[in-house]
Amino acid sequence: MAAESDVSFDVSERMRVVDAGDQAFTLVLGERIAPEVVATVTALDRQIAALQQTGSLPGLIETVPTFCSLTVIYDPLQTSRRQLLAELAQLPPADARVSSPSSRRWRLPVCYEGDCGPDLEGTAAALGMSAEALIVQHQQTEYRVYMLGFLPGFPFMGDLPPALQLPRRSEPRLRVPPGSVAIAGALTAIYPSESPGGWHLLGQCAVPLFDPAWPQPSLLQAGDRVSFSTVNTAEHTRLLHAAKARALDLAAFSDAEVAS
Amino acid sequence: MSETVSEIEVRSAGAYASIQDGGRRGLRRVGVPWSGVLDPAWMKIANALVGNQATAPVIEHFDGGLVLKVTQGRVRMAFAGQANVDVSGEQGVQRVVCWRSVCVNAGETLRIRALRAGRLVVVGVGGLQVAQTLGSASTYARAGIGKPLAVGDRLSARFTEASDFLLPEPPIDNDEAIRVVAGPQAGNFVDDALAQLCAAPFAVTDQADRMGIRLQGPLLRHRSDAHKDIISDATVPGSMQVPGSGQPIVLLADAQTAGGYPKIATVISADLGRLAKRRAGETLRFQLVDVAAAEQAARTHAQRLAQLIASIRRLPGDGSVDVEALYNSGLISAPIGAFEIEE
Repeated sequence: MAAESDVSFDVSERMRVVDAGDQAFTLVLGERIAPEVVATVTALDRQIAALQQTGSLPGLIETVPTFCSLTVIYDPLQTSRRQLLAELAQLPPADARVSSPSSRRWRLPVCYEGDCGPDLEGTAAALGMSAEALIVQHQQTEYRVYMLGFLPGFPFMGDLPPALQLPRRSEPRLRVPPGSVAIAGALTAIYPSESPGGWHLLGQCAVPLFDPAWPQPSLLQAGDRVSFSTVNTAEHTRLLHAAKARALDLAAFSDAEVAS
Repeated sequence: MSETVSEIEVRSAGAYASIQDGGRRGLRRVGVPWSGVLDPAWMKIANALVGNQATAPVIEHFDGGLVLKVTQGRVRMAFAGQANVDVSGEQGVQRVVCWRSVCVNAGETLRIRALRAGRLVVVGVGGLQVAQTLGSASTYARAGIGKPLAVGDRLSARFTEASDFLLPEPPIDNDEAIRVVAGPQAGNFVDDALAQLCAAPFAVTDQADRMGIRLQGPLLRHRSDAHKDIISDATVPGSMQVPGSGQPIVLLADAQTAGGYPKIATVISADLGRLAKRRAGETLRFQLVDVAAAEQAARTHAQRLAQLIASIRRLPGDGSVDVEALYNSGLISAPIGAFEIEE
């Protein structure tokens, strides 16, 4: 791994290539969840995308950035791992500090009241604080979208303030309602759709995160920044109705583009 | 050639049926899996038999019970699989064999009864019209993209007058070992775990769907408790993840795109369709190969499929079902109950 102060890398020397079958390999860039690690993943991802646009990576299907690694998926009928790695080895070291014009900053409304946060009181008690203090701390931080996965549009965001970190529920729920704002470990997330889940549910967000009818179906992208603002039940209900009618102006929740 | 729009009504979806095609690409980074048919080779054959593009939408059906009634016009269909299929209409009930196309007329009802092997049938429908979402017609209900077929659903298809086609030598799934490449976290397991995986048979359990297949066999032991979880990384179709239970799960087309269980191996693409079609209770063996051999296997698999599709030949006639001729050619059996034939 690169030293922490050095966020650049060299394809051939500073990452580990691991097998993932005959149509994918994974480039491992770190061993922990941290902004500086994911920044190197994002930087490499963008370099590969740029190279692909020049047409020099035929057979590359897609890349999947995650916390510590980038998985490269390809068509073995058109290329091979050897050919792709040879192309990638030509890449200059990427500078993870280079700004990324495509990242956005979001401010998403969360209702922490009543049924919206079924785990709010219990989680606050487990953390040894009041529910009010938990809400304030949850909102004080601007989170980075580390990656998306688990469900379409599901953002893994961090880092939570240390005082809010606790393991997942010992008994996962079979049904977590869509829009649930949740925490587990050092991360916070919003469930875009109903699913089983083991995270602690603190509130509800009415802004839809995924819609297959959108040209880019996921509201959030890896690298985006997200903070939360409190809304009361009345406002949350109004937003839910607007979202259902597809009348929410999503751009209104995005402040600006930010540097990565 | 004239073209007319025909309509099909789903009278029963049986165990499970959904529209699938070659799948959607490019959205794994936001958590959208490829979806698409579990065995692309069967999709390509079924589509070739009805005159469709190779990756056109098909009906993928599990475990039998699918009933389709043609309510308007005529529909050309073909079946990839080993299933008992029949068509009932004014002429009574006629059995239809797999691996050839047939025309079903308005008022006739097609039934897929029992499967004689595996858990899957792929139904090619000539000119099947399905809207695409995010570049594919494949159903992926978890993201609000389509729904599995249900009673009362209507499908439309463009019928073209043409010959029917037959695949003379259908592909037979053999019992050869399923080949795997070492997984990205093979190091999370004890030294002989990969050898264990390839030494003993594993049974397919009934916990199997389009997302994955849970297997049962010798325990694949993690190096320590700390090695039972990883920081989530990307999965691919074929990823074999092993949760704390020590029993592997092979991920398929609808599986989530990232996961926190260590992956001991990846089933190679040439063999994944064969694995995906196994039914509960069947056993299988794994064999470890390297990446270069796995890539070569993908090319060999594609060449064989191309040869198979090139061997498809035209049946005599104008495309209508000439029952008399079919009896004589051995392509269709007598009405059900008279006798059984084996394919």
